[in-house]
Amino acid sequence: MSAIAAEKPALNNALAMGSAAVFAGLGAFLALKGVDPVMNLHGAVLAAASLLALAYIFTHPADDKSGYLDGPIRVATLAAVFWGVIGFAAGDFIAWQLAFPALNFDLPWTTFGRLRPLHTSAVIFAFGGNVLLATSFYVVQRTSRARMPGRWAPWFVVWGYQLFIVLAATSYILGATQGKEYAEPEWHVDLWLTIVWVAYLLVFLGTLWKREEPHIYVANWFYLAFIVTVAMLHIVNNLTVPVSFLGTQSYPVMAGVQAAMTQWWYGHNAVGFFLTAGFLGIMYYFVPKRVERPVYSYRLSIVHFWSLIFLYIWAGPHHLHYTALPEWAQTLGMTFSIMLWMPSWGGMINGLMTLSGAWDRLRTDPVVRLLVVSIAFYGMSTFEGPLMSIKAVNSLSHYTDWTIGHVHSGALGWVGMVSFGAIYCLVPWLWKREGLYSIKLVEWHFWLSTIGIVLYITSMWVAGITQGLMWRAYDNLGFLKYSFIETVEALHWPYIIRAVGGLLFVIGGFVMAYNVWRTVRGDVPVDLKDQPRVAAAPELRGGVVAVPAE
Amino acid sequence: MAGHKHIDEVTGVETTGHVWDNDLRELNKPLPRWWLYVFYACCVWAFGYWMVYPAWPTLSGYTQGYLGYSQRAQVMSDVKEAKAAQDTYRQAIANAAITDVKGKEDLFQFALAGGAAAFGDNCSGCHGRGAQGAVGYPNLNDDDWIWGGSLEQIEKSIAYGIRNGHEQAHATPMPRFGLDGILEPAVISDVANYVRSISGTEQVDTAAAERGKATFAEQCAACHGEDAKGNEEMGAPNLSDAIWLYGSSQEAVTQSIVTGRGGAMPAWSTRLDPVTVKMLALYVHSLGGGK
Repeated sequence: MSAIAAEKPALNNALAMGSAAVFAGLGAFLALKGVDPVMNLHGAVLAAASLLALAYIFTHPADDKSGYLDGPIRVATLAAVFWGVIGFAAGDFIAWQLAFPALNFDLPWTTFGRLRPLHTSAVIFAFGGNVLLATSFYVVQRTSRARMPGRWAPWFVVWGYQLFIVLAATSYILGATQGKEYAEPEWHVDLWLTIVWVAYLLVFLGTLWKREEPHIYVANWFYLAFIVTVAMLHIVNNLTVPVSFLGTQSYPVMAGVQAAMTQWWYGHNAVGFFLTAGFLGIMYYFVPKRVERPVYSYRLSIVHFWSLIFLYIWAGPHHLHYTALPEWAQTLGMTFSIMLWMPSWGGMINGLMTLSGAWDRLRTDPVVRLLVVSIAFYGMSTFEGPLMSIKAVNSLSHYTDWTIGHVHSGALGWVGMVSFGAIYCLVPWLWKREGLYSIKLVEWHFWLSTIGIVLYITSMWVAGITQGLMWRAYDNLGFLKYSFIETVEALHWPYIIRAVGGLLFVIGGFVMAYNVWRTVRGDVPVDLKDQPRVAAAPELRGGVVAVPAE
Repeated sequence: MAGHKHIDEVTGVETTGHVWDNDLRELNKPLPRWWLYVFYACCVWAFGYWMVYPAWPTLSGYTQGYLGYSQRAQVMSDVKEAKAAQDTYRQAIANAAITDVKGKEDLFQFALAGGAAAFGDNCSGCHGRGAQGAVGYPNLNDDDWIWGGSLEQIEKSIAYGIRNGHEQAHATPMPRFGLDGILEPAVISDVANYVRSISGTEQVDTAAAERGKATFAEQCAACHGEDAKGNEEMGAPNLSDAIWLYGSSQEAVTQSIVTGRGGAMPAWSTRLDPVTVKMLALYVHSLGGGK
């Protein structure tokens, strides 16, 4: 037995180094033989990353198996902050471009068309994805009382995911895209993400498999639903045939209305499973942990979980109302969206009511305020969504900036703020600090974000409804009252207000990055007396600390 | 740790007995009634909607719903209705000579409204929302017309366009005096100075202008006229006024002589119906410069 135990790390290391060598070889081959510059660049990046991994594994043969595996979580947490700031800034820059088109600079790399997917991918996949990686790895280990399996697999998931982000971002800037919203990366980048994602699923399932708790905690149901469904969505929506295995170009397998339906089945469930289910997992751990109260209702969590999972997957067609999509499919998309309202609100109720008995924390702890306001935005946008899915409302709102406002009340309000709350919890816990460097700066971040979001969504309501009404206005002789360019002119001021709101949100992101950096560096907190006991790492609070079972 | 019941001290409610990560528990609370009933109501509403509207696919089609509603049929009937509402006027405009439309007040007002709407979505991209024009795209508010400013001439320009390959389009080009080596660069510079001097443009090199005068008479006057007042038949712009399609600077005029420019415009009769083209002509004519 002991011989086998000693051989296992060596085998792990050999396997990891072998894989890294294979990828380094593949990367070098594509760098030299690729038929377009993007493929050459991506080959070189893959080769360089693989060689770095190889060198690291070679110089770190010993495995420290004590405690939870927190290294990959620290990397993902810092990556989330890093990509978050970049993604927010890119978004605000393109918001200014819409108000002042001269900011496109007449350069291909800086046009709105290339920077917009850079923004959406950076905030959803790079920021949101890293928050999900960090929190899911943290939560599944703690609530399973088990260390993640694999010596290198969790590291591969985190660093492999960063490589995916770099490949995707460089594609967009250089003009390589599938042209599918939220699924822009070309086939070779999709394949890389598939490998990373399968590893993620295996690490997550492996931890659950090893768990020492009889029950699987609710947060993990949501994380698992997110990981499994995103894998399915990603693979089906990205079925393409490459023109050449040495080039980035490819053609999708599906065409016409089938392609459109598949795209929005993917697109809406990216919202439903990536941005909702995954972040509900965050809510279900960090809210009760931070306020030190039990989850409001176990039964509600079961019923709203299953109803949410079952109903969400049907809602995609509401993105294609009044198009060539068969009418029956539009009806189903709309009615399932309406039925989805209460399952979504089940999560809101469970999150908010978890504060019962601890509402005073709202006043004293800005981290709790971030978490609670995020749930409020979640409730608001999951009411607005079903409303906008109703065909009569959609005929006004569709293709207008109302949709953009709706997305951002969910993205900035719900996803952004719940992530900020989780990051502010995680950083002192992961780096074993007594608290954050400054809780006052969290307060600043809270207000900058909140005011920014309010400016954003109110200006987009005004812009969207103005636009929608102008498009459908006829004069008494039956002619369109406004030309398209007049509707664009009408949006100038709302666009400026939106960009100002976005700027506040970006500044908030920088405040967070500064605070996280000072905390990680180990600087003495300036206002520890104002921070709750729960802000400190569990090991520093006194009392019992849960440890993984050996 | 499961099994024995645990009571939450603050609320007095029982928990499920499960504990994770030291202190994570769940209250054993029932589903909020209002939540459950609203959920049921949404489901009932959805089932009702499926009964009356097209909803579920079947082996041979889909359930049509009791209302027999079809959004395609609806939009077809809406479009038909909208067309019928305008039909009297449209027919009258189609049957009338364009010059006669102007005389009939209600018909003319209808044409101006229709022309303005069509202009906004088809013409303003190049000519500007106020028809003010831009470099390379003529201002349509003034009375300086390259291809003629009468109603019929404007209608023809819109219907067939300029240098677009359509067989009825205005097609006469200006020679590419520089690119084709017809004139030496120094000579072109002199002619440009002369052309600019005709309309009294400032900062003209008078000596050069004097030298360019003979070349103008030789090379340019055939189309632009001895007096440089242009020729609408050839689409040769009037050079004696201070209106410049590509700018009045020495560089811009030189560039025009070197390349011949050759600005183009689509043949709108291939995209718009004849009545809309007619209404557009009436609208453009009414902007201020119609002849």
